[in-house]
Amino acid sequence: MTLMTEPRLDDPDLLFETLVDAHLDLDTEASRKLDACIVLLLANHIGCVETVRQAVRMARSIVVARKP
Amino acid sequence: MQSTYTSPRYAYRPTSDAGARHPVIVVGGGMVGLTVALDLAQRGHRVVVLDDDDTVSVGSRAICFAKRTLEIYGRLGLGAKALAKGVTWNVGKVFFQDRKVYEFNLLPDPGHEYPAFVNLQQYYIEQWLVEACGDTGKVDIRWRNRVVGVANDPDSVAIEVETPDGRHTLHVDWLLACDGARSFVRDSLGLPFVGKVFRDRFLIADVVMKADFPAERWFWFDPPFHRGGSVLLHRQADDVYRIDFQLGWDADPEAEKDPARVTARVREMLGPDKPFELEWVSVYTFRCRRLERFRHGRTLFLGDSAHQVSPFGARGGNGGAQDADNLAWKLAAILDGEAPETLIDSYDAERIPAADENILNSTRSTDFITPKNAAAKAYRDAVLDLAEHHAFARPLVNSGRLSRPATLHGSPLNTADADLWEGGVPPGAPAIDAPLRGGWLLRELRHDFSLLLFGDISDFPEVALAGPRIVWVPLDAVEAMRRYAATRGCVVLIRPDQHVAARWRHFDVTAIRTARDRVLGHADIAA
Ligand SMILES: Cc1cc2nc3c(=O)[nH]c(=O)nc-3n(C[C@H](O)[C@H](O)[C@H](O)COP(=O)(O)OP(=O)(O)OC[C@H]3O[C@@H](n4cnc5c(N)ncnc54)[C@H](O)[C@@H]3O)c2cc1C
Repeated sequence: MTLMTEPRLDDPDLLFETLVDAHLDLDTEASRKLDACIVLLLANHIGCVETVRQAVRMARSIVVARKP
Repeated sequence: MQSTYTSPRYAYRPTSDAGARHPVIVVGGGMVGLTVALDLAQRGHRVVVLDDDDTVSVGSRAICFAKRTLEIYGRLGLGAKALAKGVTWNVGKVFFQDRKVYEFNLLPDPGHEYPAFVNLQQYYIEQWLVEACGDTGKVDIRWRNRVVGVANDPDSVAIEVETPDGRHTLHVDWLLACDGARSFVRDSLGLPFVGKVFRDRFLIADVVMKADFPAERWFWFDPPFHRGGSVLLHRQADDVYRIDFQLGWDADPEAEKDPARVTARVREMLGPDKPFELEWVSVYTFRCRRLERFRHGRTLFLGDSAHQVSPFGARGGNGGAQDADNLAWKLAAILDGEAPETLIDSYDAERIPAADENILNSTRSTDFITPKNAAAKAYRDAVLDLAEHHAFARPLVNSGRLSRPATLHGSPLNTADADLWEGGVPPGAPAIDAPLRGGWLLRELRHDFSLLLFGDISDFPEVALAGPRIVWVPLDAVEAMRRYAATRGCVVLIRPDQHVAARWRHFDVTAIRTARDRVLGHADIAA
């Protein structure tokens, strides 16, 4: 499955709010674990490791390029 | 400390053949060296084994012997002993903090002679190997003979041997370097042994106790009695339990070995009232690395001298036993003039991918057990938390991917399927056991080429011409039929190491002969 990057979300503002609010009461360690749980749940939902690997590569290319 | 086992002391005998030339010399009478020596001897060949020590493996090392290794030892006549003395287990449990998150059964399918694993101290296996080597009358084990020099010439290897009576030289056609992770032979040939070191330390504490732990593998991440680290518990023979504590990189190995300190750790785990005795204590760091190639002219590397893994997954000794299993029949066929010397190259072609698989698996396990940074730890703990509630996360839990037999994918000795097969045992895979005639299929294979013929004699008119020994599988041997995905008239050619070489849905003498020639490395004939 090729990673889809065209706009697809039905409610982008709600998504952003949900992700950010979920961390409000958490310290750094718990936050990290929460993100990890979310990634793992979604990865299983996608069900295709290659697609997740494409997302990891794409995300890294953005984060590593921006690093000061 | 050791109270349940007394190491035998084997006598040193002065050398009487200085300067002689031998067909095969094994350097290192450890688990792997003794296994390959016994295999060659049972195939009729004389072998000299040189060991720098005068006893078997000292202290606590390998304990988990996998099904495939047990099958190999079964072929060599030690299987029943291992089953009787060892602790059979199939179930593993994983705990996170104070709760169980996951349980696995490695052999849910009955109808195999050997279980997924038997736990047995390495010294028992080695002692029985020494005795079995003696029984063949063909293995000359020379204790307190240390190899101190190697000249690896193209048509013969010369080795310098140091004994209590001084030094002498021996010449050999094939040198099998089984001298362990710190291999002298490897270093003296200047061969790089590269890989990675894990920045962690583990305490191995063997304790003797009468306990009611079931015969299972228990693994804890971050338990209340050892916060921040992992702990592994295995039961072994003689009421000995192996407890493995993760200590972290900054631990002081000497201080950690202090018996009072170890006793306190164990008491914390077992509770204050549980009586136990310390049997053995050691502290390890683990590595994963291998030689680039295992064959160097007439010198071949087997076991830890060729590749080293972390113990999570029990892939060290089990990998080494498969090296011996793979090499012995090839060397025997060359010495017997049945195969060209180039057959030896298939040892590299088959065992290097197997070593890589072991290294990959044990590296991944170690990375799960010892997270490298905060992100890795977050993912690890997330997996463990999810696993308690969600089945999808359980396969992600990695407390050790336990040793599996190597399937020799892409080996030049395989004959690819020409017929249509759904499942079964493909070329390169080890033959699978099944009940047969009140006994076991693998037992009937022994250590020659064999042909499994599914059906009865009337289905195979030209059977007398086939060559290899025939093992009939009647149609009412339903497990065997199912495991090999066979129907009436099917044929499976099995190599001397009990791996499948080729299979057909119909009997064809020419195809069988061609496939057998291919296994023996007559590639020009097989092409
Ligand atoms: C804590 C621990 C737990 C383990 N658990 C398991 C497990 O559960 N299952 C498993 O399968 N594996 C396990 N292993 C790995 C297993 O012990 C090794 O893979 C196995 O011992 C390798 O056997 P070997 O014969 O290649 O080497 P070794 O057992 O190291 O034997 C080498 C031999 O060569 C001799 N020698 C060395 N140099 C010379 C020389 N110059 N001249 C002559 N002789 C020489 C030595 O005296 C020794 O007898 C474990 C290892 C450790 C440390």
